[in-house]
Amino acid sequence: MFEQTVSTENNNGFPKKIDGLKKKRRWSEFIIQMSLFLAGFFSIFTTLGIVYTLGKEALLFFKRPEVDLIEFLTGTQWQPHIAEFGILPLASATLLTTAIAMLIAIPLGLTVAIFLSEYATLKMRNTLKPILELLAGIPTIVYGYFALTFVTPILRDIFGKDVVNIYNTSSAGLVMGILILPLIASVSEDALTAVPRSLREAAYGLGATKNEVVFKVVLPAALSGISAAVILGISRAIGETMIVAVAAGAGPNLTLNPFKGAETMTGHIVRISSGDLSYDSIDYDSIFAIGLVLFLSTLILNIISQWIVRRFREVYE
Amino acid sequence: MKFNSIDPKNSFADNLSARTRSGKTWQLMFLLATIVAIITLTLLMINIINSVFGYAIIDSKVDPATLAVDGISIEEQSKEQLVELLRANLSKGAFNKMENEKSFTDRSWSEVLSVVEERLLKFDVLKTWNLWDSLFKRTDVTQEYTAILEENPNAQLKFISWLTWERVVRPQSSEPLTAGIRTAILGSLWTIVITIIFAFPIGVGAAVYLEEYAGKNWVNRVIQTNINNLAGVPSIIYGILGLAIFVRTLEPLTSGSLLGFVDPTTANGRTVLSAGLTLGLLVLPLIIINSQEAIRSVPQSLRHAGYGLGATKWQITWAHVLPNALPGILTGTILAISRAIGETAPLVVVGASTAISFDPTSPFSKFTTLPIQIYQWTARPQPEWQHLAGAAILVLLVLLLSLNAAAIIARNKLSRKF
Amino acid sequence: MFENDTIIETRHLNIYYGDFKAVTDVELKIPAKRITAIIGPSGCGKSTLLRAFNRMNELIPGSHIDGEIIFEGKNLYDRDVDPVEVRYRIGMVFQRPNPFPKSIYENVAWAARIHGYKGSLDELVESTLKKAALWDEVKDILKQSALSLSGGQQQRLCVARALAIQPEVILMDEPASALDPIATLKIEELMQSLKENYTIVIVTHNMQQAARASDYTAMMMLTDGTRSGTVIEFDETNKIFTRPRDKRTEDYVTGRFG
Ligand SMILES: Nc1ncnc2c1ncn2[C@@H]1O[C@H](COP(=O)(O)OP(=O)(O)OP(=O)(O)O)[C@@H](O)[C@H]1O
Ligand SMILES: [Mg+2]
Repeated sequence: MFEQTVSTENNNGFPKKIDGLKKKRRWSEFIIQMSLFLAGFFSIFTTLGIVYTLGKEALLFFKRPEVDLIEFLTGTQWQPHIAEFGILPLASATLLTTAIAMLIAIPLGLTVAIFLSEYATLKMRNTLKPILELLAGIPTIVYGYFALTFVTPILRDIFGKDVVNIYNTSSAGLVMGILILPLIASVSEDALTAVPRSLREAAYGLGATKNEVVFKVVLPAALSGISAAVILGISRAIGETMIVAVAAGAGPNLTLNPFKGAETMTGHIVRISSGDLSYDSIDYDSIFAIGLVLFLSTLILNIISQWIVRRFREVYE
Repeated sequence: MKFNSIDPKNSFADNLSARTRSGKTWQLMFLLATIVAIITLTLLMINIINSVFGYAIIDSKVDPATLAVDGISIEEQSKEQLVELLRANLSKGAFNKMENEKSFTDRSWSEVLSVVEERLLKFDVLKTWNLWDSLFKRTDVTQEYTAILEENPNAQLKFISWLTWERVVRPQSSEPLTAGIRTAILGSLWTIVITIIFAFPIGVGAAVYLEEYAGKNWVNRVIQTNINNLAGVPSIIYGILGLAIFVRTLEPLTSGSLLGFVDPTTANGRTVLSAGLTLGLLVLPLIIINSQEAIRSVPQSLRHAGYGLGATKWQITWAHVLPNALPGILTGTILAISRAIGETAPLVVVGASTAISFDPTSPFSKFTTLPIQIYQWTARPQPEWQHLAGAAILVLLVLLLSLNAAAIIARNKLSRKF
Repeated sequence: MFENDTIIETRHLNIYYGDFKAVTDVELKIPAKRITAIIGPSGCGKSTLLRAFNRMNELIPGSHIDGEIIFEGKNLYDRDVDPVEVRYRIGMVFQRPNPFPKSIYENVAWAARIHGYKGSLDELVESTLKKAALWDEVKDILKQSALSLSGGQQQRLCVARALAIQPEVILMDEPASALDPIATLKIEELMQSLKENYTIVIVTHNMQQAARASDYTAMMMLTDGTRSGTVIEFDETNKIFTRPRDKRTEDYVTGRFG
C-alpha cells in the first residue's frame, strides 16, 4: 500500500533528493569535527606539557649531587652559590605576603560582596561593579610600581625609615590584597546571590531585620561559596609575581618581619631568569623545582575551591 | 523577679529600633569598604600622574649651542647632518662600532638624534621632583637648584613631562632623557599579534567543540575540567613552560633557523614568536571559557530552526551560532588579550631582552614589551627611571583602556537582536 | 483504511527520554497531501511524537525510540538513514516563531543555498513567499531583519522558510499558539492553500482549529495509570468531533475533560 511519492517537480533546481534517505558521506563535516576536537583537546597538551617539563627538569635538579629532597623541603637557606637549596625562606616569604594580602582582601572583599548583593541599589551596583572590574584589569606590574613608589614611602614615613626597609613584604602584601579584593568580592557575591530568595523571604516573614537576614540567614547559607572564594584568593596570591618581584625584595631571607625584605618563590624565579639563563646551570633546573611546588600548591587549592563550589551548587539547584 | 515589671510590648519596640540602628551602621560600613576600593584606584592613578610630571635639574657636559651648525640647532638638522656630526665628534672606533650594530642609513632620524644626544651632549639628570613637590614645595626646589648650580654651571631647572609624544616614538636607550618606549610598544604589538593568531582559532574551536559537539562522556568532562584548572594556573608557570618548550626544545623553529631565517641579533629561541606562543597558551583557557559562555547564550531555538531545515551541525554553527555569539566571543577575547598585554612575569622567564634599542622586524626578533620595560625601569634605583616607568605605565593603561572601550563598543554594536 | 496514500506510518512506536517512556505503542498512518491534527491534553506526548517524525527528538540527549516510522517505504530509524536527509524531506515549524536574526530574504534563501539550489535564488524567494502569502507584505523590505516583522508574519516566514526547500511533509507544533486570532486565521488559510502539494501534520490545543483546519485527527491521551501517552483514536476529523468512538475523546473534544 506504499507508493513512492517523490514527485519530480519538487526537485526543481535542487540536486536530486536521494531515494531511501541513504547516509551521505560528508567529508568536510568530518574534517571540521576532527579539527574542533583537536582544538578542544589542545589544552590537555598544555597540562601534560606543564606536568612533564616541571617534573622532568625538577627531577634533574634533585638528581644533582649538591641537592637533596629532604634538605630542599626543610632547609632554612637558599644560597645557590654555596649550594644551599632549602625552600623555606622562599616559601615563608610567599606565605607572609599571602597572609598580609588576605588580611586586606578577605574583610574588604567580603564587605564589598555583601554590600553589592544585599544593600546596594541597582544604580550603585552598576557603577561599582565596573570599578571593581577595572581594578581587576590593571596589570600587576602597575600594582608593583604602586607598592614601591607609593605604599612603601608611606609605610616608611609612618613606622620610621630604620624600621621599614625599602624592599619589604608588607608593602607588597598590602597591595596584593587590593589586587585580590575584586576576585574575592565577585566570587563571594555570586555565592551570596545564589542563596534562594525563598530563604530570605522566610526570615523576613518571621520579622527579622535586614541585618539579621544577612548575617543569620544569607551569610551562613553562602559560607561554603565564600570559603571557595577565599581559597581561590589564596591560590592567586601564592602565584602572584610582579608585585613581590618589584616591592618585596631581592634575596631569600627567612624572616617573619613584614618590614624586612624577603624573596618569594615567584620573585626568585623572576629574578634569576632575568637575563640569559644558561640551560645547564643549576639555577635553570632550580626554577623548575620551585615551579613544581608552586604549580602543585595552587592546583590543589583551585581543586578544593572548585569542589566546594560544586557541592554548594548541588544544595541550591 | 524583674521580668514581670517589664512591659513586653515596650521591650520589643526598644529592641527593634536598636536593631534597625545597627542595620544603618552596617550599611555605612559596607559603603565605606567599597569607597576604599574606589580610593585605591584613584590613588593609583594619582600616584602615576604624580610621577610623570615635575621639575628636573638637567646638566649637560657640552653646551648644545656648540653643536649647532650654521645656527641650526640639532633638533632641526637632517639625518645626514646628524650622522656627519657624529662622525666628526666621535672616535673612529666608537663610530664604526655603532655603524656595525645597525648601519646609520638604516636608522631613523629620531634614532640618530638620540645617539647624538646620548654620545655628544651627554645630558645628565641630577635631581627630580614629582608633581606634588614641584607644585607645593617650590622653595625646596629653588634652594636645591641654587646649590647645584655652584658646582654645575650648565645645569638647568626645567619643568618637564616624562611622557611626551617624542618618548612614545623613540627607541629604547640607556639615557633617561632620550629613552623612549617605541621598541617596547612594537614588541608588545608583535607579541600580541602572534598570541591572537595562535590562541583565537584554537580557543574558539575548542569552545565550539565543547558547546556544540561534545557529548557527555568522560573525555569531554576531562577536557572541560582541565580548561577550568588551566585558567587558575599562575602565569609564571606558563613562563616556565614557554622557556622549556618554545625557547629550548623548539629552538630551531622559534629562532627561525629551521626556516632558513637567521636574524643576526638572535641566535636562540628567546624571540617574539616564543613570547607570543607562551602568552597564547596563557590566554587560551580564558578565550575558551568566555567563548563558551557566548555560544551558550545563543538560543536553542535557532539551532532547532536550522536542524528543521535539514542543515548539518557545522552549517548551523557557522551560519547561525557563531555570528550570533560573535559579540560575546570578541568581547571575551579582547579581555583575554588585555590580560596578555599586561603580563610581565612569564615574559621575563621566557627571556625578554634587558636592553634592545632596535625595533622588532619579524617573529624571530629579540623582544621586549611595555610591561617588561616598566619592570626594568621600576627596578632601577635612580629616581629618573621611576618617572619613566610612570610614563610607560600611563601609555600601557591608555592602551588597555582603549581596548576595553573597544570591547564594550563591540558588545553594543554587534549585540544580539533577540 | 483511507482513500489516500499513506506517507508516514508508525509501527509499535515507543519514544523514551532516558528511562522514561513518554509515548507508548503508537500505530498511525498519516495520509499524504492532507492536514492531520494531533490533539490531546498537555504532557501527553504530542510534541514528542511530532518530533520523532523528522528525528528532531534525537537532538535531546538520552532520547531514543523503538518500533518503526516508515516514510516512503523506508524506516526512518534504520542505521543507514541520514537524519539530516530526513529533515531535508520532512520540514518543521515551531511553536514560537524562530526566524534567523538575518534579513527576510536570507531566512528564505539560506536553506536552499546550503542544499545546493541551482536556480535563481531571487525567483525562489519570491515564489516561496507568494506561496506563504507573505509576498505582498514584505516584497519591499526583503533586506530588513526578519525580527522587525510582527509575530504572525514571523511565523508565516518560518513556514516559507520550510517551504523553500520543498519538503514533502511539514510538521507544525502549535504554530499559532503564540499568535493573535487574526494571525492564527492567516496561518490556517495558509495551511489550506498548501495541502494540495504538501502533507501537513499539526499539533494543536485549539479544538476549533483542529475541527476547522484539519482533514484527519489523532487523539492522544495518557494511558491509564501511567505518565505515558498514546494515540487512542485516529479518524477523519468530522467523525472525531461528531461521532467519536472513544468516550475519552468525546469528553475531551466537548470540553468535559479533566
Ligand atoms: N526534553 C525532555 N526530556 C525529558 N522529558 C521530556 C522532554 N520533553 C518532554 N518530556 C516529557 O515527555 C512527556 C511528553 O511531553 P511533550 O512535550 O511531548 O507533551 P505535549 O503533549 O507536547 O505537551 P504540551 O501540550 O504541553 O506541549 C512529558 O511527560 C514531558 O515531561
Ligand atoms: Mg508540546
